[in-house]
Amino acid sequence: MNKKQKKMLVRIIITAVLVVLLHFAYEAFGEGEDAKIPSLCWAFIYLVPYFIIGWDILRKSFKGILNRQIFDENFLMSVATIGAFAIALYEGSGEYSEAVMVMLLYQIGELFQSYAVGKSRKNISELMDIRPDYANIEEDGELKQVYPDEVAIGTVIVVRPGEKIPIDGVIVEGDSSLNTSALTGESRPRDVICGDEVISGCINMTGVIKIKTEKEFGESTVSKILELVENSSSQKSSSENFITKFAKYYTPVVCICALTLALLPPLVLLILGKPPVFSNWVYRALTFLVISCPCALVISIPLSFFAGIGGASREGILVKGSNYLEALSKTGIVAFDKTGTMTMGIFEVSAIHHGTMESLSLLDYAAHAECFSSHPISRSIQKAWLDGLVWQIDVNTGEAIPVRTPESSKYKHSISRDRVSSVKELPGGGISAIVDDKKLLLGNTRLMKDNGISYKECEGDHGTVVHVAMDGEYVGHLVISDVIKPGSKEAISSLKKSGIRRSVMLTGDTKNVADEVAAEIGIDEVHSELLPEDKVNYVEQLLKEKRDKELLAFVGDGINDAPVLSRADIGIAMGALGSDAAIEAADIVLMDDDPRKISKAIRISRKCMRIVYENIWFAIGIKFICLILGALGFANMWLAIFADTGVMVLAVLNSIRALFVKRL
Amino acid sequence: MRKSYNIEVDCANCANKMEEAAAKTAGVKAVTVNFMTLKMNVEFEEGSDEKAVMQEVLKNCKKVEDDCEIYL
Repeated sequence: MNKKQKKMLVRIIITAVLVVLLHFAYEAFGEGEDAKIPSLCWAFIYLVPYFIIGWDILRKSFKGILNRQIFDENFLMSVATIGAFAIALYEGSGEYSEAVMVMLLYQIGELFQSYAVGKSRKNISELMDIRPDYANIEEDGELKQVYPDEVAIGTVIVVRPGEKIPIDGVIVEGDSSLNTSALTGESRPRDVICGDEVISGCINMTGVIKIKTEKEFGESTVSKILELVENSSSQKSSSENFITKFAKYYTPVVCICALTLALLPPLVLLILGKPPVFSNWVYRALTFLVISCPCALVISIPLSFFAGIGGASREGILVKGSNYLEALSKTGIVAFDKTGTMTMGIFEVSAIHHGTMESLSLLDYAAHAECFSSHPISRSIQKAWLDGLVWQIDVNTGEAIPVRTPESSKYKHSISRDRVSSVKELPGGGISAIVDDKKLLLGNTRLMKDNGISYKECEGDHGTVVHVAMDGEYVGHLVISDVIKPGSKEAISSLKKSGIRRSVMLTGDTKNVADEVAAEIGIDEVHSELLPEDKVNYVEQLLKEKRDKELLAFVGDGINDAPVLSRADIGIAMGALGSDAAIEAADIVLMDDDPRKISKAIRISRKCMRIVYENIWFAIGIKFICLILGALGFANMWLAIFADTGVMVLAVLNSIRALFVKRL
Repeated sequence: MRKSYNIEVDCANCANKMEEAAAKTAGVKAVTVNFMTLKMNVEFEEGSDEKAVMQEVLKNCKKVEDDCEIYL
């Protein structure tokens, strides 16, 4: 509790005690014909707690009048309570305590609201607090702590176990494992060694590492993310705009109703020649004023979104504004990019075909021939050899498929470069080399043709094919393909389960590869061999085909699909850790590259929207019921104050639920 | 020209009122008040003096909500 809230609490306690004492005093001395203290005196006595609890409201409403803010809630509360006092005085009923109680309950409600909002604000900000406080610089053999924004590019900083990496950079000494959960929601640690790039915001867990910074603090990942999170929810959703508009009209309308209620029925009664009972109707009108405050509505909606965005960011899903969270909940069509989104974008040897020698020794020769090249394809061949995969032969096709077994590490191989000589890189990515006195030729179909080698066409054709010839004889080919991410299949099925009607893959890759990937992970529709502008056209077409109130999301890795990301209703970029382009272009950013987060994001948005609607209907509903009861004379001010502050308290508590998304 | 200011305000409806009052101030192109993060994002019109504009914004906000504060 802050100072303001503590002061308020003291005032509330004093008033509550006074009200209880006065209640007993009134029963003892104030009632009946033989009252020791006359009714008028009680009015003055009750003014004491009234002023203690309500002086600031009265002061504010006075200022409001000066500034011509008559629909100010303070003003309305003042009118209602002063009116209640006046009626008690007029009727001589001695019911002065009602005005005091209404003011007291109103203040208790306000205090609770400010406490709850402050608390959740703090909780959510703490959850999102990945800001590093300092960086360690080594000076004369001693560590010195400096502010991260004072560190220049190229400085070597030291990060000890348990500390946050303050600035993006490259490890120049030491190795460790990093906890990236604050950024990605992924709890498995990431191992890093000397030479690896690391990003700020991760927590160093095991060893001391020295990092050469590559960016300024302001440009580092952690600053970018913080900026994004802080500016989120500045983009307001349509529900928030609705409630703001509603609040703008609600209060004046209720006030006018109150005025009508106070004047019209008594006048009608008067004309009909019946007693007008003014005080009764004025009391009903004052009840209206108490219900007229829109705060419960107005507070709970942004709080729900704030909690939803906070919960999502805890899971590594950054939402750039509450409008995007709202849009995401309406997603009906999801379009995907392939490479880097559904597949790893890393190449692996997936099969060896038509080998005339043992698969492993074929790979041995191929890996050695390729060992001086850093081309992704060459590296994948080297890696297949180094990893020591076990090759299983399919009896029917003669195809050898790699199998990863727990014992794979036992079969790890090495490359000895002195077995290799006269390596020559040929046009089209081919290579010729001499390995163990054998003349090797590796490359595409064209290379085989040019050298007059009778090669065998690859029948599966689901990746890049590297033919291998030894001493002029064809010995088989390696198939290298992109690897599908482990979560892709599950991601699509869980998207379908959460009501996504259509899933479409848009890719620049060849038809064969695209079709196979789509079939494997269960995507309904594939458009392949697309140029970036074709992707935009397809998205345009999908936008035309979508149903009413249905939105289209596009998921990409943000590298070359920025135009599509911005064209779709919702652009989702994944694997954004360290990629500024993706953070800029997308509306929703998945920090790690797990495609399962897409459906999780949708479920989070749906839960958040459900809470938002619950709050809207609940708050408006209760208020209307109380208005009707009030107009009919069934609701007194006590019920009215519940409709105002009680509803608000419940709505605030309900909003907080949006924060809990772990198990969605 | 965009700038973000920290603000202090007690109720969500008052934040909306501040937003409205600030938006009406001369020299302000667009403004959003975020009650949850207690921030006011102001986009100024080209060539306006942001300090003078913010003084006006503060004055206008004080009119609709006496209890508010903008940390300039």
